Amino acid sequence: MTDGFDTLLPAASLLGHRVDVLFLFVSILTGCVALAIAILLVVFTIRYRHGSKADRSNPPVRIRWLEVTWITVPLAIFLGIFGWSSLVFSQFHRPPRGAMQVHVLAKQWMWKIQHQNGRREIDELHIPLGRPVELIMTSQDVIHSFFVPEFRAKQDVLPGRYMSLWFTATRPGRFRLFCAEYCGTRHSGMHGQVIVMRPTEFAAWLAAGPARDELAARGFEIYRRMGCSGCHEPTSTVHAPDLIGLFGRTVHLADGTMVTADETYIRDSILLPRKQVVVGFDPVMPSFQGQLDEDDLTALIAYIKSRASPP
Amino acid sequence: MSATAADEVRPDKVLHEESYLREGFTLRSWLLTRDHKRIALLYMISVTGFFFLGGSAAALMRLELLTPQGDVVDAETYNKLFTAHGVIMVWFFLIPSIPATLGNFLIPLMIGAREVAFPRLNLASWYIYTLGGLFVVATLIAGGVDTGWTFYTPFSTLFSNTHVILAAAGVFVVGFSSILTGLNFIVTVHRLRTPGLTWFRLPLFVWANYATSIILVLATPVLAMTLSLIVFERITHIGIFDPALGGDPLLFQHLFWFYSHPAVYIMVLPAMGVASEIIPCFARRPVYGYRMMAYAIFGIALIGFLVWGHHMFVSGQSAYASIAFSLLSFIVAIPSAIKVFNWTATLYKGSITLPAPMLYTLGFVGLFTVGGLTGLFLAATALDVHLTDTYFVVAHFHYIMVGGTVMAYLGGLHFWWPKIVGRMYPENWGRIAAVTIFIGFNLTFFPQYLLGAWGMPRRYHEYAPEYQLLNVFSSCGAAILTLGYLLPLFYLVWAMLRGPRAPANPWGATGLEWQTPSPPPKENFSHTPRVVRGPYVYHPNGPAEPQA
Repeated sequence: MTDGFDTLLPAASLLGHRVDVLFLFVSILTGCVALAIAILLVVFTIRYRHGSKADRSNPPVRIRWLEVTWITVPLAIFLGIFGWSSLVFSQFHRPPRGAMQVHVLAKQWMWKIQHQNGRREIDELHIPLGRPVELIMTSQDVIHSFFVPEFRAKQDVLPGRYMSLWFTATRPGRFRLFCAEYCGTRHSGMHGQVIVMRPTEFAAWLAAGPARDELAARGFEIYRRMGCSGCHEPTSTVHAPDLIGLFGRTVHLADGTMVTADETYIRDSILLPRKQVVVGFDPVMPSFQGQLDEDDLTALIAYIKSRASPP
Repeated sequence: MSATAADEVRPDKVLHEESYLREGFTLRSWLLTRDHKRIALLYMISVTGFFFLGGSAAALMRLELLTPQGDVVDAETYNKLFTAHGVIMVWFFLIPSIPATLGNFLIPLMIGAREVAFPRLNLASWYIYTLGGLFVVATLIAGGVDTGWTFYTPFSTLFSNTHVILAAAGVFVVGFSSILTGLNFIVTVHRLRTPGLTWFRLPLFVWANYATSIILVLATPVLAMTLSLIVFERITHIGIFDPALGGDPLLFQHLFWFYSHPAVYIMVLPAMGVASEIIPCFARRPVYGYRMMAYAIFGIALIGFLVWGHHMFVSGQSAYASIAFSLLSFIVAIPSAIKVFNWTATLYKGSITLPAPMLYTLGFVGLFTVGGLTGLFLAATALDVHLTDTYFVVAHFHYIMVGGTVMAYLGGLHFWWPKIVGRMYPENWGRIAAVTIFIGFNLTFFPQYLLGAWGMPRRYHEYAPEYQLLNVFSSCGAAILTLGYLLPLFYLVWAMLRGPRAPANPWGATGLEWQTPSPPPKENFSHTPRVVRGPYVYHPNGPAEPQA
């Protein structure tokens, strides 16, 4: 019944292997502790059963060294697991530079994937082996969660903001993709697969897609059609923030705070322009809520990202 | 078991006349009673009803999950089943189970009081509970709700077209019953302790329920506010949680878990209290490290308020927040570990007998330990990324709440059944049920740890075929578990009507509740008891020394 799918257990991503080492360690440790307590319970119950001849003289009221031990040793072990786990966890939040970015749009009940060159797929994600892949994900409706068990990777996908998840596949094959956050009637039907291909095969697959504009190019087209360029082009007479080199920069806001111009910031600036006004500018930009769908936003953001550094 | 029964020589007739059960036989005498013991029985009947209602939802789910395809019920019904199961079991069974039944019955008896501080309020709590229950029953009759017991937004506010408002109203209402019970217990413990009963002579059952009451009073209002905000957003479409309206869905999760994580301790602390009464009694040893046990209860209650973010490691909360919550989650495990070690140490050099209450309680210690240790996996951020929202989490919290709390509740029911109804339960049936439940429980839930580790997400109506074998194990276990839970229902009721009469102190226990007849008279004690020593002066080779 496992047609085409690899067996579930072995990890298939770089971080997945690191997670598994920790998992194994914690499993052995907790297994030993559980076993030790079970043995103590059983041995004491049998040895000190009512009527047995076991020695009951001088029952201890307080054994200080034992108490100190059973507090400090677990504490030290816990802190050890905590430190180890936090190190691995922080790597989940640090996508490597130059990761291949793929856009994911979750909706009840499907995964819509869009590659940088415009190739799209539904409920399938093709990625190359050995290259870091960063997913830029958002949801069109409720909260979903992108979960690939063999990558040991999971990230909730929220509406209204962009979540990031990265992994580097270490094994070619097909891996199950699940929605892990309950999202309504067909939640359990919101699954798909991640197909890891050798880099050359992947390049061929990517190029063979139906001809469609590159994401950033489509973004530029929307940028002009919706009139963004009227204010935001450097040549414009309207006093509006320059978008060249914006992405990834620190932006100073009118309320004195600072934000990093990431995907969610750009999205909010388009849909909720008054939420974060850049210092020195009047809040004159109209909201584009209802005029742009999630795909348009993805394209626009891709366009702005493509102009991250001045040419 | 009746080695110390000789101290009870009163004729049955006298017992009968004094008993709180004989104070009136009309429906009115029950429904308008202010006797904490009768209110405890009202609660017992209600929570038992909801336990079996919630249990039948689970049974249907396990039936559905026998095969990977959805064949018994459709997806929407399945979603409504797990929602009903969660809502009913959490708010209408687990939270009131030990405090509102055993706590209500025993706290005044254990502290030598005639009543709780506010008897009318106590009755009102039960009516409020019943009203909340009616809302939930109405929700089920109207067609159910499909949000999951967690009511995650924006699904619950703008996407679900089931009866969210009705269900939320039920939970909102029942929360007030929790708050009032908690308030009542706090004042009772502060004001009504009998002379000589200092704080550090209180039985640990009272400590545990006292700490639980504090959590109930502090945390439950946050749940009420959160549910109100859901209803508000659903009705007015003003954005609080839905980003499409300018709201923040993570805000909901923070508010919800700020209540619902402490709620886990509301469910498990009273169970720890029960275990701390039963183990010393049947080991004939004072509980090891009494003060440490009391401090541990408070440590858990306090730190339990600071770990809610461990439900949100992949939710999109900041990684730094996740790491801080992870650290606090490891720290909250320390007092729980201390308690397990202390229970184990209490057995050392004891004189141990194994009647049904002790079997249930040893089962509790074992299953709670497994539940607690697997909690370490989930406290570890990097492991939680993989395990959260899978069956691993389902197995973990069922080990704590069912393996832990339900086992302890049943242990407590057997232990105090002679006191409550004045008759003994059939010992062999009690032991058979305890063993059946232990086996059925492990067969049901241990495979779910493996399913989760292998990546099966929770709340799945259909699942990938490779998960079937373990699901079949789990469903078979559920069948055994069902049988195990039905047994006490029958023999405990039989014992109430036909069991042999119980002496005042069948177990030779030390607590004040055993110094008065079984069942106790309406006013609990004929003379106000004067406490002269701590709660667990047991000796392996001699009679125990009662507190008064």
